[in-house]
Amino acid sequence: MKKALLAMLFAASPLSVLAQNQVNMAPGVTAIGAEIYDLHMLIMWICVVIGIAVFGVMFYSILVHRKDKGFKASQFHESTKVEIAWTIVPFFILVAMAVPATSTLLEAYNSDESELDILVTGYQWKWKYEYLDESGNNVSFFSNLATSQGQIYNTEPKEMEYLLDVDEPLVIPTNTKVRFLVTANDVIHSWWVPDIAVKKDAIPGFINETWTIVPEEGLYRGQCTELCGAYHGFMPIVVHAVSPDDFAQWLAAKQGAQAATAAMAEQEMSLEELLARGESVYNGQCLACHGVNGEGGVGNAIAGSAVVLGELGAHLDVGIKGVPGTAMQAFGDILSDVDMAAVLTYQRNAFGNNTGDVVQPSDVVEHKQG
Amino acid sequence: MMRISGNNVVDTVTKLVVVAAAMFAFVFVVMVPLYDVLCDALGINGKPAGDAYVAASTDIDESREITVQFVATNNENMPWAFSPSVTMMKVHPGAANDTVFYAANPTPRDMVAQAIPSISPSRAAAYFHKTECFCFNQQPLQASGEANMPLQFIVDQALPADIKTITLSYTIFDVTDMANSQLAAR
Amino acid sequence: MGDHHHGPAKGLSRWLFTTNHKDIGTMYLWFSFAMFLLGGFFAMVIRAELFQPGMQLVEPAFFNQMTTLHGLVMVFGAIMPSFVGLANWLIPMMIGAPDMALPRMNNWSFWILPPGFLMLASTLFMEGGAPAFGWTFYAPLSTTYAAPSVTFFIFAIHVLGMSSIMGSINIIATVMNMRAPGMTYMKMPLFVWTWLITAFLLVAVMPVLAGAVTMMLMDVHFGTSFFSAAGGGDPVLFQHIFWFFGHPEVYIIILPAFGVVSQIIPAFSRKPLFGYASMVYATAAIAFLSFIVWAHHMYTVGMPVAGELYFMYATMLIAVPTGVKVFNWVSTMWRGAMSFETPMLFCIGFLVLFTIGGFTGLMLSIAPADFQYHDTYFVVAHFHYVMVAGAVFSMTAAVYFWLPKWTGRMYNESMGKIHFWVSFIGFNITFFPQHFVGLAGMPRRIPDYSLQFADFNMMSSIGAFIYGASQLLFLYNVIAAIVAGDKVSDEKVWDGAEGLEWTLPTPAPYHTFEVPPTLPESAHGH
Repeated sequence: MKKALLAMLFAASPLSVLAQNQVNMAPGVTAIGAEIYDLHMLIMWICVVIGIAVFGVMFYSILVHRKDKGFKASQFHESTKVEIAWTIVPFFILVAMAVPATSTLLEAYNSDESELDILVTGYQWKWKYEYLDESGNNVSFFSNLATSQGQIYNTEPKEMEYLLDVDEPLVIPTNTKVRFLVTANDVIHSWWVPDIAVKKDAIPGFINETWTIVPEEGLYRGQCTELCGAYHGFMPIVVHAVSPDDFAQWLAAKQGAQAATAAMAEQEMSLEELLARGESVYNGQCLACHGVNGEGGVGNAIAGSAVVLGELGAHLDVGIKGVPGTAMQAFGDILSDVDMAAVLTYQRNAFGNNTGDVVQPSDVVEHKQG
Repeated sequence: MMRISGNNVVDTVTKLVVVAAAMFAFVFVVMVPLYDVLCDALGINGKPAGDAYVAASTDIDESREITVQFVATNNENMPWAFSPSVTMMKVHPGAANDTVFYAANPTPRDMVAQAIPSISPSRAAAYFHKTECFCFNQQPLQASGEANMPLQFIVDQALPADIKTITLSYTIFDVTDMANSQLAAR
Repeated sequence: MGDHHHGPAKGLSRWLFTTNHKDIGTMYLWFSFAMFLLGGFFAMVIRAELFQPGMQLVEPAFFNQMTTLHGLVMVFGAIMPSFVGLANWLIPMMIGAPDMALPRMNNWSFWILPPGFLMLASTLFMEGGAPAFGWTFYAPLSTTYAAPSVTFFIFAIHVLGMSSIMGSINIIATVMNMRAPGMTYMKMPLFVWTWLITAFLLVAVMPVLAGAVTMMLMDVHFGTSFFSAAGGGDPVLFQHIFWFFGHPEVYIIILPAFGVVSQIIPAFSRKPLFGYASMVYATAAIAFLSFIVWAHHMYTVGMPVAGELYFMYATMLIAVPTGVKVFNWVSTMWRGAMSFETPMLFCIGFLVLFTIGGFTGLMLSIAPADFQYHDTYFVVAHFHYVMVAGAVFSMTAAVYFWLPKWTGRMYNESMGKIHFWVSFIGFNITFFPQHFVGLAGMPRRIPDYSLQFADFNMMSSIGAFIYGASQLLFLYNVIAAIVAGDKVSDEKVWDGAEGLEWTLPTPAPYHTFEVPPTLPESAHGH
């Protein structure tokens, strides 16, 4: 509810990336973003003034210096003085531009201590966020596009945050220097959030760093900005800035949930627990392609599927490794073992499948071990 | 009918062909090594030196404390468990420090990994010396094997004063095929 | 050796075996126009998909193939060969030479192009599809993660590169050794100067591109790791090598266009080019600077601040000689007696729109601002302003200007003007809104976009369809002129035109300047 309200407030505000028909860069909410915006405007206005001057002379000439008006052509064709003048003057204009540009760039490379470090990893085609914790208890999760295939393929109306919505945003505290360590899992990606003026390439095998201090709570949306394969346009970023207290609570809750999930992986779960959890995982991760009733769509039908009704090993393979060459991704890294067990259990028992099968987290762990 | 001396044209063409060939060679013979040399010398791309460091002096600068963070990333399709045993350490420049990275091969086949280090901020790379590192060599692990892989490093006393945190990131890659074909080639 | 005195051979073998610079120029021009239409077709697919949010026509993977092929075909198939065609037709006539220095190599330079592009286009039908990694083909998307067609892409680039290198060697050898007596370098038409400098750039950097794709080939097939971190390599190395080629490449694209404009504006102003010597020096300065600015394409890659500052300053500097050229063109017009036939209209369009593209280029050079522009439609708008309203408009002006000399037929002036206005309007409707969506946050190379970008994208697509249609009008105008245009027989087709080519009969005979001309005393080279 709070998220929806915030989202609506932001859509209305000119600061929001969702503002319709925006013609200019937005200053965003950060100090460096405002500096970059001011620099952008300064350079642009200088260019406009020079353009008006040059085009003014040109258009005047076009109107007046015409053969059909009887104008007689002069034959002057050189002037060293003038050439020197219009070499030197532009040079000094450039120096004047370079001064604020240098200071803004140096500000962007600020190396003051950060209070929070987050590892951002680009995957084909989603982002993974890992909060570095001193004690090694890193909260880590994937952030996937939340826009449904139906919206993309025009069978459903498009929501306001079309293509800019994720299942789990990156949550950060306001007024805190957050350092982003950016890398990639496979090909080069790039992490960009215009409202906080951060863009950094994610290069496999290498780590880049950048930082932000967000003074205002809110949702800030961005996209991948380096061609990374077919679904490059479908891996957005949402940063949710909250008060430091709210952040601390969120982080603690996440750490707890992660620990609980890890613990659950050791236990036997009941069919009811698995089905309940599995339904929620199915709705979040599978429904978009496989249909609200398992009837299929972009993906195959789950109801009556030979794979789902057949031998568990093959079903686990599809879920964990995906099906290369199709849109079915590998979910082995994305879903916890508990979630994987739950969703496979759900698939084998819902939509009229009724096998009565129970898939335990330990089955998933063993299958991964081969 | 050429009315100019054919030799001039041949001269020009010869020189240009040489230039074209030289520019092609330039890519392999100059650009690639130059890139590596500049990156090594200046640590520009955050790549620390690939060889073991031999410490020159053993003075420890007790007045400075540097936070060293350890980050582990698996490259695509690398199924190993891979993590640092500690996420961060506070160290003094000049002191030798030890830590280990844990790795486990959960698959039913023998595999070989290569860990590739990367340092942020990149200008700290020239001041981060590894005296012993599992990244110097390929790391084989048998099916279901696991290992604690050692890392020993010294942060140089000359580290610029404004750097207080260094992040060392390792990405592990599956180089089983590469390692096997190198073996086969011998 | 006596054959050529009896005029050209007949039939297909004339074209296959010709060593005549006019024939070869003609083939380059027709080939490049066909490629322009092919690349334009890919652009129509792109703009049709981007007409509305949502996926309507193609899948994302195929969309990436379209954007990749659009870029490759336009840069390597349309723009570059078209200016080589112009060079072939005009350079010998402009310097009073009978032909190019190496006529048979000239033939090969052209004839390897169609097979090269056939190979590239055929990748659309291969398993895994055509290249889909952008015309900039960054590793590892273009190596480890590429479809099998990447190997054919690499071979095609090698073939196209060979053609450019051979063509450039020919141009340099011709200009350096075959000028008519008395035609010193500083008396050459500026078009010849710009091509001479461009040819040096090509000889220097096309081999670098060849090196880059060879390294890709080795990574893909021979187990090397130039661009793969796993084996000790670095994907960013690819970017440095590519852009070391890539930045001079964009000047290779534009310098001949500068040369064309420097011929046409004086002709229709009835006034000599202002600042001839400065124009030569400015062109050389631009060419030199183009080698040392490449990493402004890489501001977000994680370079140290000193590197970013250096590349920012060096890139900003290019505005100086470029500005000098714009001021010199305007000064040429100033107090001339102008008329506004189609070639002049396209040149004025060039002057306005290329300058706008130059301004957005200056904005992009500012590294911290580029953090918000990089890889967005703001960049796409910038390079289409300089490459389309720059290079393509200039090329179009050249065709209208020299067509009468080549064919002895005049195009229909009203139709030419219509072509100009529809092109100009269509171009701006297509690309001006792209500045807006880029600034508002729309990334490049995406097949679908968020709702707030919808209106400007629809506008842009409509503009693209208009602009595309106007190119069919261009085709019609050229064919109509050749087949049924009014005959022209004045040597000086345009009363303000200067230069040796305008002393030749119209249409230009198959062989010209077999005896070197005597230069008029007043010859100032333009």
